[in-house]
Amino acid sequence: MRVEQIAVFLENKSGRLAEITAKLAEENINIRALSVADTADFGILRLIVDNVEKAKATLKANGFTVGITNVIAVEVADKTGGLAGVLKTIEKEKLNVEYMYAFVNKSGENAVLIFRFDDMDKAIESLQRTGYTILSGEEICAL
Amino acid sequence: MTLYWEEEMETLPRVGLESIQLKRLQHLVARVYKTVAPYREKMDAAGVKPEDIQSLTDLAKLPFTVKEDLRDNYPFGLFSVPMDQVVRVHASSGTTGKPTVVGYTKKDIETWSGLMARALTCAGATSSDMVHNAYGYGLFTGGLGAHYGIERLGATVIPVSGGNTKRQITIMKDFKSTVLLATPSYALNLAEAMESLGVDPKSLSLRVGVFGAEPWSENMRDEVERKLNIKAVDIYGLSEVMGPGVSMQCLEGNKGMHIFEDHFLPEIIDPDTGEVLPPGEKGELVFTTLTKEAFPIIRYRTKDISRLMYDTCACGRTLVRMEKVTGRTDDMLIIRGVNVFPSQIEHVLMGIEGVEPHYQIVVSREGNMDTMAVEVEVSEDIFSDEIKTLENLTKRIQADIKDMLGVTCKVKLVEHKTIQRSEGKAQRVIDNRKL
Ligand SMILES: [Zn+2]
Repeated sequence: MRVEQIAVFLENKSGRLAEITAKLAEENINIRALSVADTADFGILRLIVDNVEKAKATLKANGFTVGITNVIAVEVADKTGGLAGVLKTIEKEKLNVEYMYAFVNKSGENAVLIFRFDDMDKAIESLQRTGYTILSGEEICAL
Repeated sequence: MTLYWEEEMETLPRVGLESIQLKRLQHLVARVYKTVAPYREKMDAAGVKPEDIQSLTDLAKLPFTVKEDLRDNYPFGLFSVPMDQVVRVHASSGTTGKPTVVGYTKKDIETWSGLMARALTCAGATSSDMVHNAYGYGLFTGGLGAHYGIERLGATVIPVSGGNTKRQITIMKDFKSTVLLATPSYALNLAEAMESLGVDPKSLSLRVGVFGAEPWSENMRDEVERKLNIKAVDIYGLSEVMGPGVSMQCLEGNKGMHIFEDHFLPEIIDPDTGEVLPPGEKGELVFTTLTKEAFPIIRYRTKDISRLMYDTCACGRTLVRMEKVTGRTDDMLIIRGVNVFPSQIEHVLMGIEGVEPHYQIVVSREGNMDTMAVEVEVSEDIFSDEIKTLENLTKRIQADIKDMLGVTCKVKLVEHKTIQRSEGKAQRVIDNRKL
């Protein structure tokens, strides 16, 4: 139940993000979720897209340094306390979060939380045991 | 017990050696003056005649030769024999403009082969060795220069040249190569490839590596020795002077390379003033050939920084040793009073797994302080989706540079292929200081 995420190295130069989204749009690649983590010098763009291989090839062809990592997508109701509930579980199960970001699906009812844990297997087991829905890549694209 | 190739010449008392040198030098200067117009013109302009060379110190009266002289006289203008006596040419690729061309007579090739055999003997090689020659064959002097020396030694040469690393490892295994000749960076490549192929270097027959053609650090030596389970020794040479085999590290001595002084006369000069420095001082290495026929060279400024060591060596050779070349005069940077060479930064970077040697050094002055930033391209191997991992990498590079150079610098990761590559060689240094 892992989702493949594309990560792209970015120098903090203006226009790079727009360039990436434009290149992907040209290839009809749909971006489902996006987050940028940055420091003073560089940033890492993380993307969930509907065609990982094609997106990777497109970005590489345009000179970007690209990596693919596995993340976990957890669906929660988009209401107060939705995120807090997941975080509580994470704390209780002593899971280490490397990073997370979120997006809301089209209907606006549910939020999808994207997590990267240091121990992914343990995280999947814990979250499923406590009743959370973990989405597959296809499910995210179908949202 | 030390092995020698030409024991008499290698262990000659200094007085005897110097008298041979003087005789050869006088003969050479007279011949060059007569046969090579550009040398004659320069000597005339400096007001010096061949008869003025009465002692070895008179060498300092002669004008220097620099790389531009070779370019100005491209291709054969500095040759001292008619072309029908030239049996081979080599050329080095110029980073800018024309390449430089050198030539050899039949006797030059014999001399060179003999000196290369002498160098290999310094490394403990004998006729029973299987020598894996991974220097590039072609216009570059490395491959063929070493090749002829290996044959002269009577060892078996595997003329494998550069590239196709996987096949090289198979050959090394199947042919039981005992001596490896390569650039130090290629040796590291081989080691890494062995690691990924699961080949244990201990299962190979390699005993010693003879590495040269690029400056490399002691750190890199340790790494190559450890990774390939061999003894790594240094060989030095440059095509303008001959090619590999101008000087060679011995197995017995700890440091430095014995210069084959019966054929090459070394000097150390102050790169700014051109003044000859006293023995033991560090400066630019200058060579005069004593026996070359087709392409003799007088006081050639190598731009390599080194030092001459005249103390006795454990191997019994009386030939002076030159210190491992630590950098070049044309790319030396002075950062807060510390000499920094791009090659040193490169060795630090190359010592970190996955880091590609695509980097740039940006020097600026903030107030009265020089600052140095090292920009490193992010390759797929070192890229991570986690900030922490990339920050740890920049910290590690910073710490390694500080360890090696004693200079604190900023390390900045930059996107792939953002550092300009021109004619295969990147511009390594951007100096924004207004001095
Ligand atoms: Zn020695």
